[in-house]
Amino acid sequence: MSILVDENTKFLCQGITGSQGTAHCTQMLEYGTKLVAGVTPGKGGQTHLGLPVFNTVKEAVAATGATVSMVMVPPPFAGDYILEAIDAGLDLIVCITEGIPVLDMLRVKARLLNSKSVLIGPNCPGILTPDSCKIGIMPSSIFKKGKVGIVSRSGTLTYEAVKETSDAGFGQSTCVGIGGDPVLGSNFVDMLKLFENDPQTEAVVLVGEIGGSAEQDAAAYIKEHMTKPVVSYIAGASAPKGQIMGHAGAIISGGNATAQAKQKALEDAGVTVVPTAADIADGLRKATGWK
Amino acid sequence: MNIHEYQAKEIFREYSLPVAPFFVSTKATGIGKAAYELDGGPFVVKCQVHSGARGKAGGVAVVNTPAEAEVFAAKWLGQRLVTKQSCPHGKPVNRILIEKATKIARELYVSATIDRANAKLTVIASAAGGMSIEELAQNEPDKILKVAIDNVTGPQPYQGRELAYKLGLSGKQVNQFAKIFLGICKMFVEKDLSLVEINPLVVTEEGELLCCDAKINTDPYAAFRHPELAKLDDPSQEDPRVAKAIVAGFSYVPLDGNIGCMVNGAGLAMGTMDIIKNLGGAPANFLDVGGTATKDRVMEAFKVILEDPNIKCIMVNIFGGIVRCDMIAEGIKGAVEQIKNNVPVVVRLEGNYAHVGEKILNECGLNIVSARDLRQAAKLAVEAAKA
Repeated sequence: MSILVDENTKFLCQGITGSQGTAHCTQMLEYGTKLVAGVTPGKGGQTHLGLPVFNTVKEAVAATGATVSMVMVPPPFAGDYILEAIDAGLDLIVCITEGIPVLDMLRVKARLLNSKSVLIGPNCPGILTPDSCKIGIMPSSIFKKGKVGIVSRSGTLTYEAVKETSDAGFGQSTCVGIGGDPVLGSNFVDMLKLFENDPQTEAVVLVGEIGGSAEQDAAAYIKEHMTKPVVSYIAGASAPKGQIMGHAGAIISGGNATAQAKQKALEDAGVTVVPTAADIADGLRKATGWK
Repeated sequence: MNIHEYQAKEIFREYSLPVAPFFVSTKATGIGKAAYELDGGPFVVKCQVHSGARGKAGGVAVVNTPAEAEVFAAKWLGQRLVTKQSCPHGKPVNRILIEKATKIARELYVSATIDRANAKLTVIASAAGGMSIEELAQNEPDKILKVAIDNVTGPQPYQGRELAYKLGLSGKQVNQFAKIFLGICKMFVEKDLSLVEINPLVVTEEGELLCCDAKINTDPYAAFRHPELAKLDDPSQEDPRVAKAIVAGFSYVPLDGNIGCMVNGAGLAMGTMDIIKNLGGAPANFLDVGGTATKDRVMEAFKVILEDPNIKCIMVNIFGGIVRCDMIAEGIKGAVEQIKNNVPVVVRLEGNYAHVGEKILNECGLNIVSARDLRQAAKLAVEAAKA
């Protein structure tokens, strides 16, 4: 069944006419995803990639019935575009953009509280349900329809986890990149809830990294509520303190933020924690008994 | 982005936070002159470097006369200050700050930062100022007070007053503190900061509040809308390799080991460091080359990595989603040919045209070995570094 998106999901792209938007939307259309419109203020009435372009999200939604938006615009504009998508009443917003000022995200989070929209990202590769729907920039060729749900703060490290599960024959139900920033629209717990309730997902791989306490929150949720096996790899066990390691959210500024602290919290919650990304498939075999 | 104490104090002044009169100079004689202007010691003299823990390293002193101030400045200007927070090479001291010494009755701690879990600006305060907040958080967490600022209403004076009473302040100090509290929050939002820290916020013997130290970090993501902050950057305080990496468009963090790493993606870069360590090796650096591993960028990355004379091997790990691996292979081959350093290179390419890329590398006659998966690549790199 998968989570968040499936073969029926109709979505629009805010930023479709930009170079990134054009390149990635072309790939998404090739994958069979139901991209139905684009939004670029000032280009309403034009056609791009064979799709209608609108000036506003509300117009695009009224014309096409899209329920999801992908935001792929430069950082100075992304916060504003997300707020527009929330106000248009979309169910799901996926923001790929890296570099949105943190204070803009605080305003977005405040607005999300009073809305029905779910935001994934920012600074994420998107969501992919194999053979069904791709929203974002993940390389579809490495995916295989299957039974493992993957949730990750990372981009290319996520692809490593996807490859491990595809090569092992387990495949993926849905893969969600929640993003590498310190303030995110959704976090591990939000995705774990969905995976727990998804019949197609039989086990979950959680890819975390240093910084913040989202993995500890996930551990608390898993301990109380998850029946499905969870395997986790936490990146950054070898990272030094106090340094930003690429992702704005990947910084050890406090005892809980180390990889070791996160590994311990997850292990205490019954999660199978593996020491490297190359151990994920083995971890799944151990946690599930699969061959 | 970090800025110096003197720059932070100038921003504090803009927001009417109480700061003692101070001077900054790049010359020892300048410090001597400033001491005369301040008209009577004792004085506090402080090395201006992007690091905390300066005092314990001898970078902060109390002196009684302008002559002593000048001696301190002459001793430190042009030297490197090594602190517990800096790397072993320390940071260059190009400026000294001098201000009148304060008669301290109490030392408090106040800071503002973003609480990621609540997605709110949060002010932290403690009656135990002058020591590391991390130590305090670990040893005496109940001494730490926290106030979350609502995203809609912003900071309110009553919140400042509440903190003041809990900190044991009274009388005029309460409103003084509330003003500081509001000023910190206003500054944080208007300038897109990521940290404001006053440690210590001093209660003087006369009962006044004074910011005796000032630390400000800015949100790098907001740099595009703060040209006034960009002017405050001091690249001399950065490892020169990190500075080069920033100019070339990739992220780089030096570490202690001898296996250089070049990876696309921060998470995968950390993952690469982790597996090298797990297999008994020592990563020399974190390096995220980002989405475009062109020949020029690969070359820049190799150059930065090889500035470290300890490098015994370089591991390249590229998981190309869109980018073609044969193009990356050409880039690596070109870079190695041009740099002419015989350090062995282990390359793992994954994604489009990976097979073609591997063929190019295996047949090029250079000291490059290709590996198909992450574990094999890391093993080969660890072995090459031991040889």
